Amino acid sequence: MNAVATIDWHDQIFDILQDHDIKQVYHVPDAGHGKLIEACQKSNSIRTVPLTTEEEGIPLAAGAWLGGQRSVLLMQSSGVGNTINLMGLTKTLRFPFLTLITMRGDYGEFNSWQYPMGQGTPKVLEAMGVLLYSVDNAAEVKATVDAAARSAFNGGQAVAVLLRQKLIGIKNFGKK
Amino acid sequence: MSKATLQRRPLVKKILDGADDDLLVIAGLGSANWDITAAGDRPLNMPLWGAMGAPVAMGLGLAMAQPKKRVLVITGDGDMLMSLGALATVATQQPENLAIVVLDNEKFGETGNQATHTSPRNNGPTDSGAGTDLAMIARGCGIADSATVREAGEVAQLVKDARTKKGPVFRLVKVMVEKLEFVMPPQDGAHLKDRFRQALLGHA
Repeated sequence: MNAVATIDWHDQIFDILQDHDIKQVYHVPDAGHGKLIEACQKSNSIRTVPLTTEEEGIPLAAGAWLGGQRSVLLMQSSGVGNTINLMGLTKTLRFPFLTLITMRGDYGEFNSWQYPMGQGTPKVLEAMGVLLYSVDNAAEVKATVDAAARSAFNGGQAVAVLLRQKLIGIKNFGKK
Repeated sequence: MSKATLQRRPLVKKILDGADDDLLVIAGLGSANWDITAAGDRPLNMPLWGAMGAPVAMGLGLAMAQPKKRVLVITGDGDMLMSLGALATVATQQPENLAIVVLDNEKFGETGNQATHTSPRNNGPTDSGAGTDLAMIARGCGIADSATVREAGEVAQLVKDARTKKGPVFRLVKVMVEKLEFVMPPQDGAHLKDRFRQALLGHA
């Protein structure tokens, strides 16, 4: 095992969220984000909100910002399509928005049902004016998420970080 | 057929009467936006011109960020129908400072008063809904303090509940179908957001 493989990038993302004073974390259940979600749930300084659909994360983030708090939306690429109409709020209101997206239908995906939204994810986010960061290497997660948070909260942009399937690992349900 | 007798404009004016810096208001697109603006435009109003289905979640994010302020979401039945899950999400957080008032005229007002799902069943070929009960849905989602208001005699209590009762509070108010003047707030979303934050936080 090399040094890179031992980097716990979930912990690093949690630290960065704390560094950037994130107070509200919205999520749906997700294996890729699972460890980060649990760390947020156990944190005293972060309030976690489970969603019925990813779409709720956009107005929640707008409301938090109206009230002076920073937030982040954690979702899978399969949920990105659910957010697209309300993603327009980030342009209309011009508020800082950060989402971290675990990719499916990406590198080596076994489930054909994941490909359409997975492959469409970067395009539809770009179409809505969301700034994209992408990371497939554990050694670059920390710096990438930090840069994305700076673009969002210092630069006032709507920003998505795509955590590529190569980084997360291929889900294979026991298949070889 | 709706037998509602309450009129939305005077009702909203009563709910917002004497609004001070401790009252933060989000209104859904269309009629609810014009209603809160008719009661008096103010920086701590966030009237939406679009973003259907957004107000309840926006109110929740705001209520969590500002637990010492009262957050009031006012919207219509069509908007609420588009985001029923947000009521369950509110229930997971049980925000004590959040009240949601849905003005239910059983119509999609912005598109020409077509029946919403809250309209009665068997109400003719073009005007039938499902008799959907949004207060029952809110209660079922876990907002225990959910009720329906129909009568003029209940309005004073509605105002108190919306303004001061421990939340989360959900009130469904059956209102008449009316043709009313458009009373419009500023439209620019960034301006509305900035003036809201300036008034609340002292900086945009």
